[in-house]
Amino acid sequence: MADINISERQAGDVTVLDLDGKVTIGEGSVALRNAIRRLLGEGKNKILLNLGGVGYIDSSGIGELVSSFTAVNKEGGTLKLLNLTQKIQDLLAITKLLTVFDVFDSEAEALSSFS
Amino acid sequence: MTRTIELILPSRIESIEECAVFAERVARDWGYGDDFVGSIDLAVRESVANAVKHGNKFDEEKQVRIDFFDREDGFEMTVRDFGSGFNIEEIPDPTDPENLLKVSGRGILFMRSFMDAVEWETNDDGGTTVKMVKKR
Repeated sequence: MADINISERQAGDVTVLDLDGKVTIGEGSVALRNAIRRLLGEGKNKILLNLGGVGYIDSSGIGELVSSFTAVNKEGGTLKLLNLTQKIQDLLAITKLLTVFDVFDSEAEALSSFS
Repeated sequence: MTRTIELILPSRIESIEECAVFAERVARDWGYGDDFVGSIDLAVRESVANAVKHGNKFDEEKQVRIDFFDREDGFEMTVRDFGSGFNIEEIPDPTDPENLLKVSGRGILFMRSFMDAVEWETNDDGGTTVKMVKKR
């Protein structure tokens, strides 16, 4: 069974990736990386990662979020985060990455922020 | 008398989850509760990941040896790899602004954040042992 399931939907010109599972060293991180790279290849560079279904993330997973953020920015786009669990929020605080990412609790607000 | 348990695993990614599950069972058997187990989980995973990835470089011929100790004052765990060793002083601070966008380098930060004490020792016969303690 895969560590993570990633489903994609479009909300206007923003692509929402709904993540469900674990973003950890190995399968989970690779799956996220591949999804982001594929979207960028398709010219989709406004990306909202919905992490509401991510029960677990490790340092490799955090690294993959950073890598994705950088890759999207490099293509002139924007990547933002939605529905962080308290645990993930704590990890982003520990790593000072809350100063890097735009984080939202509301999808409507997140989508508006891309305009 | 301190209770001890040893676990020996091959250097592959699957060993991380295996050790985490084992560590949870050991901690619960020794009377530690949900909060404690949840707190040490990431440190367990990161330390084994470091041993597998950075220490033993995924060489399955090299073991990862994990020892658990039920001390009077808390839970102790050592993770030993058989790699070429490293100098902890040379690991950059991932929270330094110039390092924030680096992809790797946060595992040790997590270990230090969730355990009360973390120390590294270079082994005389090769590799590194990290010792982590979480007080009761």
